[in-house]
Amino acid sequence: MSVLVFVEGLNGEIKNSSLEAASYGSQVATALGATATAVAIGDVNEAALARLGEQGISKVLFDADARLKQFVADAYVAVIAAAAQKENAKVLVFSNTGIGATVGSKLAVRLNGSLATNVTTLPKTEGGTFTVTRSVFSGKAFADVELTADVKIIAVKKNAIDISRNSGNTATVENFSASLADADFAVAPKETVMQDSEGGILLPEAERVVSGGRGLKGPENWHLVEDLAKAIGAATACSKPVSDQDWRPHHEHVGQTGITISPNLYIAIGISGAIQHLAGVNSSKVIVVINKDPEAPFFKAADYGIVGDAFEVVPKLIEAAKALDK
Amino acid sequence: MKILVCISNVPDTTAKINFTADNKSFDKNGVQYVINPWDEYALTRAIELKEAKGGTVTVLNVGEADTEPNIRKALAIGADDAIRVNAYPKDSFFVAQQIAAIAKENSYDIILMGKESIDYNGFQVHNMVGELLGIPSVTPAFKLDLLDDTTARLEREIEGGKEIVEVKLPFVASAQQPMSEPRIPNMRGIMTARTKPLKVVEPVGAEAKTSIAAYSKPEKKGGVKMIDPENAGELITLLRNEAKVL
Repeated sequence: MSVLVFVEGLNGEIKNSSLEAASYGSQVATALGATATAVAIGDVNEAALARLGEQGISKVLFDADARLKQFVADAYVAVIAAAAQKENAKVLVFSNTGIGATVGSKLAVRLNGSLATNVTTLPKTEGGTFTVTRSVFSGKAFADVELTADVKIIAVKKNAIDISRNSGNTATVENFSASLADADFAVAPKETVMQDSEGGILLPEAERVVSGGRGLKGPENWHLVEDLAKAIGAATACSKPVSDQDWRPHHEHVGQTGITISPNLYIAIGISGAIQHLAGVNSSKVIVVINKDPEAPFFKAADYGIVGDAFEVVPKLIEAAKALDK
Repeated sequence: MKILVCISNVPDTTAKINFTADNKSFDKNGVQYVINPWDEYALTRAIELKEAKGGTVTVLNVGEADTEPNIRKALAIGADDAIRVNAYPKDSFFVAQQIAAIAKENSYDIILMGKESIDYNGFQVHNMVGELLGIPSVTPAFKLDLLDDTTARLEREIEGGKEIVEVKLPFVASAQQPMSEPRIPNMRGIMTARTKPLKVVEPVGAEAKTSIAAYSKPEKKGGVKMIDPENAGELITLLRNEAKVL
Protein backbone atom coordinates (compact mmCIF):
# COMPACT_ATOMS: atom_id res chain seq x y z
CA MET A 1 0.00 0.00 0.00
CA SER A 2 1.09 3.58 -0.49
CA VAL A 3 0.33 7.21 0.10
CA LEU A 4 -0.35 9.07 -3.14
CA VAL A 5 0.22 12.83 -3.38
CA PHE A 6 -1.12 14.93 -6.25
CA VAL A 7 1.25 17.78 -7.11
CA GLU A 8 0.26 20.83 -9.14
CA GLY A 9 2.58 22.65 -11.53
CA LEU A 10 2.80 26.35 -12.23
CA ASN A 11 4.92 27.53 -15.17
CA GLY A 12 6.84 24.23 -15.11
CA GLU A 13 7.71 24.37 -11.40
CA ILE A 14 5.82 22.77 -8.53
CA LYS A 15 3.60 25.04 -6.45
CA ASN A 16 4.72 25.60 -2.86
CA SER A 17 1.32 24.36 -1.69
CA SER A 18 2.09 21.07 -3.47
CA LEU A 19 5.57 20.86 -1.89
CA GLU A 20 3.73 21.15 1.45
CA ALA A 21 1.34 18.37 0.40
CA ALA A 22 4.30 16.18 -0.65
CA SER A 23 6.01 16.78 2.71
CA TYR A 24 2.74 15.90 4.44
CA GLY A 25 2.25 12.75 2.37
CA SER A 26 5.73 11.40 3.01
CA GLN A 27 5.35 11.96 6.76
CA VAL A 28 2.05 10.05 6.68
CA ALA A 29 3.76 7.27 4.70
CA THR A 30 6.57 7.03 7.26
CA ALA A 31 4.05 6.82 10.12
CA LEU A 32 2.11 4.06 8.33
CA GLY A 33 5.18 2.16 7.11
CA ALA A 34 4.21 2.83 3.50
CA THR A 35 5.89 4.51 0.52
CA ALA A 36 5.06 7.98 -0.75
CA THR A 37 4.37 8.29 -4.47
CA ALA A 38 3.40 11.48 -6.30
CA VAL A 39 1.28 11.92 -9.39
CA ALA A 40 1.71 14.97 -11.62
CA ILE A 41 -0.22 16.05 -14.68
CA GLY A 42 0.45 18.57 -17.41
CA ASP A 43 2.42 21.74 -16.96
CA VAL A 44 5.46 20.71 -14.91
CA ASN A 45 9.03 19.83 -15.92
CA GLU A 46 10.68 16.51 -15.09
CA ALA A 47 13.66 18.03 -13.25
CA ALA A 48 11.26 19.71 -10.82
CA LEU A 49 9.47 16.38 -10.32
CA ALA A 50 12.74 14.55 -9.58
CA ARG A 51 13.48 17.13 -6.87
CA LEU A 52 10.36 15.93 -5.00
CA GLY A 53 12.81 13.45 -3.45
CA GLU A 54 13.72 16.35 -1.15
CA GLN A 55 10.20 16.16 0.26
CA GLY A 56 10.50 12.39 0.77
CA ILE A 57 8.75 11.24 -2.42
CA SER A 58 10.36 8.10 -3.88
CA LYS A 59 8.53 7.88 -7.21
CA VAL A 60 6.54 10.24 -9.42
CA LEU A 61 3.96 9.10 -11.98
CA PHE A 62 3.88 11.78 -14.66
CA ASP A 63 1.16 12.18 -17.28
CA ALA A 64 2.48 14.64 -19.87
CA ASP A 65 -0.65 14.48 -22.11
CA ALA A 66 -0.74 17.86 -23.89
CA ARG A 67 -4.53 18.05 -23.51
CA LEU A 68 -4.03 18.20 -19.74
CA LYS A 69 -1.82 21.29 -19.64
CA GLN A 70 -4.89 23.11 -18.40
CA PHE A 71 -7.03 21.73 -15.62
CA VAL A 72 -9.89 19.47 -16.81
CA ALA A 73 -11.54 18.08 -13.69
CA ASP A 74 -12.90 14.75 -14.95
CA ALA A 75 -9.75 13.90 -16.90
CA TYR A 76 -7.55 14.69 -13.89
CA VAL A 77 -9.82 12.54 -11.72
CA ALA A 78 -9.48 9.63 -14.17
CA VAL A 79 -5.66 9.87 -14.17
CA ILE A 80 -5.38 10.13 -10.37
CA ALA A 81 -7.88 7.28 -9.85
CA ALA A 82 -5.80 5.07 -12.18
CA ALA A 83 -2.62 6.02 -10.31
CA ALA A 84 -4.31 5.27 -6.96
CA GLN A 85 -5.31 1.84 -8.24
CA LYS A 86 -1.85 1.08 -9.62
CA GLU A 87 -0.18 2.05 -6.35
CA ASN A 88 -2.86 0.53 -4.11
CA ALA A 89 -3.12 3.93 -2.39
CA LYS A 90 -5.10 4.05 0.83
CA VAL A 91 -4.28 7.68 1.60
CA LEU A 92 -4.50 10.39 -1.07
CA VAL A 93 -3.09 13.84 -0.32
CA PHE A 94 -3.88 17.10 -2.14
CA SER A 95 -3.22 20.74 -1.43
CA ASN A 96 -6.41 22.60 -0.55
CA THR A 97 -6.52 24.60 -3.78
CA GLY A 98 -9.54 24.88 -6.06
CA ILE A 99 -8.05 22.06 -8.12
CA GLY A 100 -7.10 19.87 -5.15
CA ALA A 101 -10.45 20.18 -3.38
CA THR A 102 -12.40 19.63 -6.62
CA VAL A 103 -10.51 16.50 -7.62
CA GLY A 104 -10.56 15.26 -4.02
CA SER A 105 -14.36 15.60 -3.79
CA LYS A 106 -14.93 13.69 -7.00
CA LEU A 107 -12.48 10.96 -6.02
CA ALA A 108 -14.20 10.59 -2.64
CA VAL A 109 -17.32 9.52 -4.54
CA ARG A 110 -15.47 7.39 -7.07
CA LEU A 111 -13.24 5.59 -4.56
CA ASN A 112 -15.90 5.50 -1.84
CA GLY A 113 -13.48 7.30 0.46
CA SER A 114 -13.58 9.69 3.43
CA LEU A 115 -12.64 13.27 2.60
CA ALA A 116 -11.34 16.10 4.76
CA THR A 117 -10.50 19.48 3.18
CA ASN A 118 -8.77 22.45 4.89
CA VAL A 119 -6.62 20.07 6.95
CA THR A 120 -4.06 21.64 9.31
CA THR A 121 -2.39 18.67 11.07
CA LEU A 122 -0.84 15.28 10.38
CA PRO A 123 -3.18 12.37 11.21
CA LYS A 124 -3.38 10.79 14.63
CA THR A 125 -3.61 7.04 14.20
CA GLU A 126 -3.94 5.70 17.75
CA GLY A 127 -6.18 2.66 18.29
CA GLY A 128 -6.73 2.03 14.61
CA THR A 129 -8.52 5.36 14.06
CA PHE A 130 -7.41 8.02 11.60
CA THR A 131 -8.13 11.57 12.76
CA VAL A 132 -7.04 14.91 11.31
CA THR A 133 -7.71 18.47 12.41
CA ARG A 134 -9.33 20.84 9.95
CA SER A 135 -10.10 24.54 9.98
CA VAL A 136 -13.84 25.29 10.33
CA PHE A 137 -16.12 28.29 11.00
CA SER A 138 -14.06 30.36 8.55
CA GLY A 139 -10.86 30.03 10.58
CA LYS A 140 -12.52 30.74 13.92
CA ALA A 141 -12.26 27.12 15.14
CA PHE A 142 -10.85 23.68 14.43
CA ALA A 143 -12.56 20.29 14.25
CA ASP A 144 -10.93 16.91 14.82
CA VAL A 145 -12.42 14.73 12.11
CA GLU A 146 -12.23 10.96 12.03
CA LEU A 147 -12.01 9.48 8.53
CA THR A 148 -13.84 6.17 8.75
CA ALA A 149 -13.70 4.77 5.20
CA ASP A 150 -10.93 2.47 3.95
CA VAL A 151 -9.59 5.13 1.58
CA LYS A 152 -8.72 8.49 3.17
CA ILE A 153 -8.50 11.67 1.13
CA ILE A 154 -6.93 14.79 2.60
CA ALA A 155 -6.60 18.34 1.24
CA VAL A 156 -3.92 20.20 3.22
CA LYS A 157 -4.46 23.89 4.02
CA LYS A 158 -1.77 26.25 2.74
CA ASN A 159 1.04 27.04 5.18
CA ALA A 160 -0.09 24.47 7.78
CA ILE A 161 2.86 22.13 7.12
CA ASP A 162 6.56 23.03 6.77
CA ILE A 163 8.20 21.95 3.53
CA SER A 164 10.79 19.18 4.17
CA ARG A 165 14.17 19.79 2.49
CA ASN A 166 16.38 16.71 2.40
CA SER A 167 18.67 18.10 -0.25
CA GLY A 168 20.22 15.64 -2.67
CA ASN A 169 17.38 13.08 -2.56
CA THR A 170 15.78 12.55 -5.93
CA ALA A 171 12.61 10.78 -6.97
CA THR A 172 12.37 8.54 -10.01
CA VAL A 173 9.98 9.88 -12.63
CA GLU A 174 7.89 7.36 -14.60
CA ASN A 175 5.68 8.18 -17.55
CA PHE A 176 2.10 7.36 -16.80
CA SER A 177 -1.17 7.65 -18.64
CA ALA A 178 -4.76 6.61 -18.17
CA SER A 179 -7.31 5.90 -20.85
CA LEU A 180 -9.47 8.99 -21.19
CA ALA A 181 -12.91 9.19 -22.79
CA ASP A 182 -14.35 12.17 -24.69
CA ALA A 183 -16.77 12.61 -21.78
CA ASP A 184 -13.80 13.40 -19.53
CA PHE A 185 -13.35 16.57 -21.59
CA ALA A 186 -17.01 17.66 -21.56
CA VAL A 187 -16.28 20.54 -19.19
CA ALA A 188 -12.98 21.63 -20.71
CA PRO A 189 -12.55 25.42 -20.54
CA LYS A 190 -13.30 27.31 -23.75
CA GLU A 191 -11.05 30.12 -22.72
CA THR A 192 -8.72 30.94 -19.83
CA VAL A 193 -7.98 34.54 -18.89
CA MET A 194 -5.10 35.18 -16.52
CA GLN A 195 -4.92 38.48 -14.70
CA ASP A 196 -1.43 39.87 -14.65
CA SER A 197 -0.61 39.98 -10.97
CA GLU A 198 2.12 42.36 -9.84
CA GLY A 199 5.42 40.47 -9.85
CA GLY A 200 3.55 37.31 -10.85
CA ILE A 201 2.80 36.16 -7.29
CA LEU A 202 -0.48 34.26 -6.96
CA LEU A 203 -2.38 35.48 -3.91
CA PRO A 204 -3.33 32.03 -2.52
CA GLU A 205 0.28 30.84 -2.89
CA ALA A 206 1.95 34.00 -1.52
CA GLU A 207 4.19 33.85 1.56
CA ARG A 208 3.59 37.56 2.18
CA VAL A 209 0.55 39.70 1.45
CA VAL A 210 0.00 43.47 1.64
CA SER A 211 -3.67 44.40 1.75
CA GLY A 212 -5.52 47.72 1.58
CA GLY A 213 -8.92 48.92 2.77
CA ARG A 214 -11.15 51.94 2.57
CA GLY A 215 -8.61 53.88 4.65
CA LEU A 216 -6.63 54.35 1.43
CA LYS A 217 -9.43 56.60 0.17
CA GLY A 218 -9.34 55.60 -3.50
CA PRO A 219 -7.79 53.39 -6.20
CA GLU A 220 -5.44 56.23 -7.16
CA ASN A 221 -3.57 55.63 -3.89
CA TRP A 222 -2.96 51.91 -4.49
CA HIS A 223 0.66 52.56 -5.40
CA LEU A 224 1.30 52.58 -1.63
CA VAL A 225 0.12 48.97 -1.35
CA GLU A 226 1.84 47.93 -4.58
CA ASP A 227 5.17 49.59 -3.79
CA LEU A 228 5.33 48.06 -0.31
CA ALA A 229 4.38 44.66 -1.76
CA LYS A 230 7.10 44.95 -4.37
CA ALA A 231 9.70 45.97 -1.79
CA ILE A 232 9.06 42.88 0.36
CA GLY A 233 8.14 40.39 -2.39
CA ALA A 234 4.45 40.19 -1.49
CA ALA A 235 1.18 39.75 -3.34
CA THR A 236 -1.53 42.41 -3.01
CA ALA A 237 -5.03 41.98 -1.61
CA CYS A 238 -7.95 44.12 -0.48
CA SER A 239 -11.00 44.23 1.79
CA LYS A 240 -14.61 43.68 0.65
CA PRO A 241 -15.66 47.36 0.42
CA VAL A 242 -12.70 47.99 -1.85
CA SER A 243 -13.66 45.24 -4.32
CA ASP A 244 -17.38 46.14 -4.00
CA GLN A 245 -16.52 49.68 -5.14
CA ASP A 246 -14.38 48.28 -7.97
CA TRP A 247 -11.22 49.93 -6.72
CA ARG A 248 -9.63 46.49 -7.05
CA PRO A 249 -10.65 43.27 -8.85
CA HIS A 250 -12.78 40.77 -6.94
CA HIS A 251 -10.15 38.02 -7.00
CA GLU A 252 -8.05 40.18 -4.61
CA HIS A 253 -10.83 40.30 -2.01
CA VAL A 254 -9.87 38.37 1.13
CA GLY A 255 -12.45 37.66 3.81
CA GLN A 256 -15.41 35.48 4.64
CA THR A 257 -17.03 35.87 1.21
CA GLY A 258 -13.77 36.36 -0.66
CA ILE A 259 -10.78 34.08 -0.58
CA THR A 260 -9.13 32.73 2.53
CA ILE A 261 -5.37 33.05 2.81
CA SER A 262 -2.77 31.93 5.33
CA PRO A 263 0.55 33.60 4.49
CA ASN A 264 3.52 33.98 6.84
CA LEU A 265 3.02 37.76 6.87
CA TYR A 266 -0.18 39.76 6.36
CA ILE A 267 0.04 43.55 6.41
CA ALA A 268 -3.35 45.33 6.57
CA ILE A 269 -3.39 49.02 5.70
CA GLY A 270 -6.51 51.07 6.43
CA ILE A 271 -8.65 48.00 7.20
CA SER A 272 -10.65 48.19 10.43
CA GLY A 273 -10.86 44.41 10.86
CA ALA A 274 -14.54 43.45 10.73
CA ILE A 275 -15.12 39.87 11.86
CA GLN A 276 -15.88 38.88 8.24
CA HIS A 277 -12.48 40.19 7.11
CA LEU A 278 -10.67 38.43 9.96
CA ALA A 279 -12.28 35.15 8.89
CA GLY A 280 -10.29 35.29 5.67
CA VAL A 281 -6.89 36.07 7.17
CA ASN A 282 -6.84 34.90 10.78
CA SER A 283 -4.64 31.89 10.10
CA SER A 284 -1.82 34.13 8.83
CA LYS A 285 1.31 33.55 10.96
CA VAL A 286 2.17 37.22 11.59
CA ILE A 287 -0.40 40.02 11.23
CA VAL A 288 0.56 43.71 11.00
CA VAL A 289 -2.16 46.36 11.26
CA ILE A 290 -1.69 49.99 10.20
CA ASN A 291 -4.70 52.16 11.00
CA LYS A 292 -5.20 55.73 12.13
CA ASP A 293 -8.03 54.68 14.48
CA PRO A 294 -6.51 53.27 17.71
CA GLU A 295 -9.90 51.62 18.43
CA ALA A 296 -9.88 49.60 15.17
CA PRO A 297 -10.83 46.02 16.19
CA PHE A 298 -8.11 44.58 13.96
CA PHE A 299 -5.41 45.58 16.53
CA LYS A 300 -6.79 42.87 18.86
CA ALA A 301 -5.91 40.20 16.26
CA ALA A 302 -2.55 41.72 15.31
CA ASP A 303 1.03 40.87 16.26
CA TYR A 304 2.38 44.31 15.34
CA GLY A 305 0.47 47.55 15.07
CA ILE A 306 1.04 51.14 14.05
CA VAL A 307 -1.53 53.81 14.85
CA GLY A 308 -0.97 56.40 12.18
CA ASP A 309 -1.86 57.85 8.81
CA ALA A 310 -1.14 55.36 6.02
CA PHE A 311 0.01 58.17 3.75
CA GLU A 312 2.80 59.00 6.21
CA VAL A 313 3.59 55.54 7.60
CA VAL A 314 3.69 53.41 4.43
CA PRO A 315 6.35 55.48 2.57
CA LYS A 316 8.61 55.01 5.64
CA LEU A 317 8.05 51.26 5.48
CA ILE A 318 8.84 51.17 1.76
CA GLU A 319 12.06 53.09 2.37
CA ALA A 320 13.11 50.78 5.23
CA ALA A 321 12.24 47.64 3.21
CA LYS A 322 14.28 48.82 0.23
CA ALA A 323 17.24 49.36 2.56
CA LEU A 324 17.22 45.70 3.72
CA ASP A 325 19.88 43.43 2.23
CA LYS A 326 18.16 40.81 0.19
CA MET B 1 -36.54 25.49 -16.79
CA LYS B 2 -36.45 23.70 -13.43
CA ILE B 3 -33.80 24.98 -11.05
CA LEU B 4 -32.88 23.42 -7.70
CA VAL B 5 -31.08 25.63 -5.18
CA CYS B 6 -29.51 23.91 -2.17
CA ILE B 7 -29.17 26.03 0.96
CA SER B 8 -27.44 25.55 4.30
CA ASN B 9 -28.55 27.00 7.61
CA VAL B 10 -25.45 28.58 9.21
CA PRO B 11 -24.55 30.86 12.13
CA ASP B 12 -24.65 34.55 11.21
CA THR B 13 -21.29 35.87 9.95
CA THR B 14 -20.84 37.95 13.11
CA ALA B 15 -21.72 35.08 15.51
CA LYS B 16 -19.31 34.28 18.33
CA ILE B 17 -18.17 30.69 17.87
CA ASN B 18 -18.40 28.62 21.07
CA PHE B 19 -18.71 24.92 21.84
CA THR B 20 -20.48 22.89 24.49
CA ALA B 21 -18.53 21.99 27.65
CA ASP B 22 -17.41 18.61 26.25
CA ASN B 23 -16.25 20.33 22.99
CA LYS B 24 -18.30 17.85 20.99
CA SER B 25 -20.92 20.20 19.56
CA PHE B 26 -21.44 23.78 18.50
CA ASP B 27 -23.08 25.92 21.17
CA LYS B 28 -26.22 27.34 19.54
CA ASN B 29 -26.98 29.54 22.55
CA GLY B 30 -27.78 33.09 21.46
CA VAL B 31 -26.70 32.39 17.88
CA GLN B 32 -28.71 33.80 15.00
CA TYR B 33 -28.94 31.52 11.95
CA VAL B 34 -28.96 32.75 8.36
CA ILE B 35 -29.03 31.32 4.85
CA ASN B 36 -25.39 30.54 4.02
CA PRO B 37 -24.19 33.76 2.28
CA TRP B 38 -22.68 31.85 -0.66
CA ASP B 39 -26.02 30.08 -1.20
CA GLU B 40 -27.77 33.45 -1.43
CA TYR B 41 -25.78 34.25 -4.58
CA ALA B 42 -27.04 30.97 -6.07
CA LEU B 43 -30.63 31.65 -4.96
CA THR B 44 -30.87 35.15 -6.40
CA ARG B 45 -29.25 34.11 -9.69
CA ALA B 46 -31.77 31.25 -9.97
CA ILE B 47 -34.64 33.70 -9.38
CA GLU B 48 -33.22 36.11 -11.99
CA LEU B 49 -33.02 33.28 -14.55
CA LYS B 50 -36.61 32.27 -13.77
CA GLU B 51 -37.78 35.87 -14.16
CA ALA B 52 -36.03 36.12 -17.53
CA LYS B 53 -36.85 32.69 -18.98
CA GLY B 54 -39.75 31.27 -16.97
CA GLY B 55 -39.68 28.07 -14.96
CA THR B 56 -39.52 27.18 -11.29
CA VAL B 57 -37.04 27.53 -8.46
CA THR B 58 -37.13 24.85 -5.76
CA VAL B 59 -35.17 25.30 -2.56
CA LEU B 60 -33.68 22.25 -0.84
CA ASN B 61 -32.27 22.03 2.66
CA VAL B 62 -30.95 18.99 4.47
CA GLY B 63 -31.67 19.81 8.08
CA GLU B 64 -33.88 19.44 11.10
CA ALA B 65 -37.07 21.43 11.74
CA ASP B 66 -35.19 24.44 13.15
CA THR B 67 -33.99 25.36 9.63
CA GLU B 68 -37.53 26.14 8.43
CA PRO B 69 -37.43 29.91 9.18
CA ASN B 70 -34.57 30.27 6.69
CA ILE B 71 -36.31 28.01 4.15
CA ARG B 72 -39.33 30.35 4.43
CA LYS B 73 -36.98 33.29 3.96
CA ALA B 74 -35.75 31.73 0.68
CA LEU B 75 -39.39 31.37 -0.39
CA ALA B 76 -39.98 35.02 0.56
CA ILE B 77 -37.01 36.07 -1.58
CA GLY B 78 -38.69 34.40 -4.55
CA ALA B 79 -38.34 30.61 -4.68
CA ASP B 80 -41.56 28.78 -5.65
CA ASP B 81 -41.48 25.76 -3.39
CA ALA B 82 -39.18 23.98 -0.95
CA ILE B 83 -38.10 20.56 0.18
CA ARG B 84 -36.57 19.80 3.56
CA VAL B 85 -34.84 16.46 3.97
CA ASN B 86 -35.49 15.79 7.61
CA ALA B 87 -32.01 14.86 8.85
CA TYR B 88 -29.04 16.35 10.63
CA PRO B 89 -26.44 17.06 7.90
CA LYS B 90 -23.83 14.61 9.19
CA ASP B 91 -21.15 15.28 6.60
CA SER B 92 -20.67 16.42 3.01
CA PHE B 93 -21.05 12.94 1.52
CA PHE B 94 -24.27 12.34 3.44
CA VAL B 95 -25.71 15.68 2.27
CA ALA B 96 -24.58 15.11 -1.33
CA GLN B 97 -26.37 11.76 -1.41
CA GLN B 98 -29.60 13.35 -0.14
CA ILE B 99 -29.40 16.07 -2.81
CA ALA B 100 -28.64 13.49 -5.52
CA ALA B 101 -31.65 11.39 -4.45
CA ILE B 102 -34.01 14.40 -4.70
CA ALA B 103 -32.47 15.39 -8.04
CA LYS B 104 -32.96 11.89 -9.49
CA GLU B 105 -36.68 12.03 -8.70
CA ASN B 106 -37.27 15.46 -10.17
CA SER B 107 -34.87 15.92 -13.13
CA TYR B 108 -33.79 19.53 -12.64
CA ASP B 109 -32.09 21.44 -15.45
CA ILE B 110 -29.72 23.30 -13.15
CA ILE B 111 -28.60 22.53 -9.59
CA LEU B 112 -27.06 25.49 -7.78
CA MET B 113 -25.55 26.03 -4.35
CA GLY B 114 -22.89 28.19 -2.72
CA LYS B 115 -19.25 27.24 -3.13
CA GLU B 116 -19.03 26.23 0.54
CA SER B 117 -20.84 26.76 3.81
CA ILE B 118 -19.30 29.33 6.15
CA ASP B 119 -19.47 26.90 9.08
CA TYR B 120 -18.00 23.66 7.71
CA ASN B 121 -16.00 25.26 4.82
CA GLY B 122 -15.97 21.98 2.92
CA PHE B 123 -16.06 23.03 -0.76
CA GLN B 124 -17.14 19.45 -1.43
CA VAL B 125 -20.88 18.96 -1.87
CA HIS B 126 -21.29 20.44 -5.38
CA ASN B 127 -18.60 18.27 -6.91
CA MET B 128 -19.89 15.20 -5.07
CA VAL B 129 -23.43 15.82 -6.37
CA GLY B 130 -22.13 16.20 -9.93
CA GLU B 131 -20.17 12.98 -9.58
CA LEU B 132 -23.11 11.07 -8.04
CA LEU B 133 -25.43 12.19 -10.85
CA GLY B 134 -22.83 11.81 -13.61
CA ILE B 135 -23.33 15.42 -14.78
CA PRO B 136 -20.84 18.31 -15.04
CA SER B 137 -20.05 20.43 -11.99
CA VAL B 138 -18.62 23.90 -12.54
CA THR B 139 -17.17 25.45 -9.44
CA PRO B 140 -16.68 28.10 -8.08
CA ALA B 141 -18.64 30.13 -10.66
CA PHE B 142 -19.15 33.88 -10.45
CA LYS B 143 -21.12 34.30 -13.67
CA LEU B 144 -23.88 32.14 -15.11
CA ASP B 145 -25.86 32.82 -18.28
CA LEU B 146 -28.03 30.66 -20.49
CA LEU B 147 -27.01 30.75 -24.16
CA ASP B 148 -30.16 28.86 -25.19
CA ASP B 149 -32.43 26.17 -23.75
CA THR B 150 -29.71 23.55 -23.71
CA THR B 151 -26.42 25.35 -23.05
CA ALA B 152 -25.07 27.56 -20.28
CA ARG B 153 -21.98 29.72 -20.20
CA LEU B 154 -20.21 30.10 -16.88
CA GLU B 155 -17.17 31.94 -15.68
CA ARG B 156 -15.34 30.32 -12.83
CA GLU B 157 -12.54 31.58 -10.67
CA ILE B 158 -9.16 29.87 -10.88
CA GLU B 159 -5.96 30.89 -9.12
CA GLY B 160 -4.74 34.08 -10.76
CA GLY B 161 -7.54 34.33 -13.30
CA LYS B 162 -10.75 32.93 -14.68
CA GLU B 163 -12.00 30.20 -16.98
CA ILE B 164 -14.93 30.43 -19.35
CA VAL B 165 -16.84 27.17 -19.63
CA GLU B 166 -19.82 26.15 -21.75
CA VAL B 167 -21.84 23.17 -20.57
CA LYS B 168 -24.94 21.34 -21.65
CA LEU B 169 -27.86 21.15 -19.24
CA PRO B 170 -28.29 19.52 -16.78
CA PHE B 171 -25.33 20.55 -14.65
CA VAL B 172 -24.32 21.52 -11.12
CA ALA B 173 -22.66 24.84 -10.35
CA SER B 174 -21.49 26.45 -7.14
CA ALA B 175 -21.82 30.18 -6.73
CA GLN B 176 -19.69 32.93 -5.34
CA GLN B 177 -19.65 36.69 -5.46
CA PRO B 178 -20.49 38.53 -7.71
CA MET B 179 -22.87 36.07 -9.41
CA SER B 180 -25.85 38.14 -8.30
CA GLU B 181 -26.90 40.83 -5.87
CA PRO B 182 -28.65 39.08 -2.94
CA ARG B 183 -32.15 40.40 -2.27
CA ILE B 184 -33.96 41.31 0.92
CA PRO B 185 -37.49 39.85 1.01
CA ASN B 186 -40.25 42.42 0.63
CA MET B 187 -43.56 42.41 2.53
CA ARG B 188 -45.46 40.76 -0.32
CA GLY B 189 -42.80 38.04 -0.53
CA ILE B 190 -43.00 37.40 3.19
CA MET B 191 -46.81 37.12 3.03
CA THR B 192 -46.86 34.73 0.05
CA ALA B 193 -44.01 32.62 1.47
CA ARG B 194 -46.34 31.39 4.24
CA THR B 195 -48.57 29.61 1.74
CA LYS B 196 -45.90 28.28 -0.64
CA PRO B 197 -45.42 24.49 -0.45
CA LEU B 198 -42.70 23.19 1.89
CA LYS B 199 -42.46 19.44 1.63
CA VAL B 200 -40.70 17.48 4.36
CA VAL B 201 -39.21 14.14 3.26
CA GLU B 202 -37.26 11.53 5.16
CA PRO B 203 -33.59 10.96 4.21
CA VAL B 204 -32.46 8.11 1.99
CA GLY B 205 -30.23 5.56 3.68
CA ALA B 206 -26.72 6.97 3.37
CA GLU B 207 -23.62 6.56 5.43
CA ALA B 208 -21.50 9.46 6.59
CA LYS B 209 -17.81 8.81 6.01
CA THR B 210 -16.43 11.26 8.53
CA SER B 211 -17.34 12.13 12.10
CA ILE B 212 -16.32 15.06 14.26
CA ALA B 213 -14.58 13.90 17.43
CA ALA B 214 -14.04 17.32 19.01
CA TYR B 215 -13.86 21.05 18.35
CA SER B 216 -11.26 23.50 19.56
CA LYS B 217 -10.47 27.17 19.19
CA PRO B 218 -7.23 28.76 17.97
CA GLU B 219 -4.73 29.86 20.60
CA LYS B 220 -5.08 33.49 21.56
CA LYS B 221 -2.49 35.83 20.09
CA GLY B 222 0.22 36.97 22.51
CA GLY B 223 -0.91 40.59 22.24
CA VAL B 224 -0.03 43.32 19.81
CA LYS B 225 3.32 45.12 19.88
CA MET B 226 2.78 48.79 19.02
CA ILE B 227 5.34 50.75 17.04
CA ASP B 228 5.73 54.53 17.09
CA PRO B 229 4.48 55.91 13.75
CA GLU B 230 7.32 58.46 13.74
CA ASN B 231 9.72 55.54 13.71
CA ALA B 232 7.69 53.24 11.43
CA GLY B 233 10.78 51.78 9.75
CA GLU B 234 11.42 49.90 13.01
CA LEU B 235 8.60 47.56 11.97
CA ILE B 236 10.65 46.25 9.04
CA THR B 237 13.58 45.50 11.39
CA LEU B 238 11.28 43.64 13.79
CA LEU B 239 9.70 41.63 10.98
CA ARG B 240 13.15 40.52 9.89
CA ASN B 241 14.94 39.96 13.21
CA GLU B 242 12.14 39.10 15.65
CA ALA B 243 9.28 37.62 13.62
CA LYS B 244 11.69 36.32 10.95
CA VAL B 245 9.21 36.70 8.11
CA LEU B 246 11.23 39.01 5.84
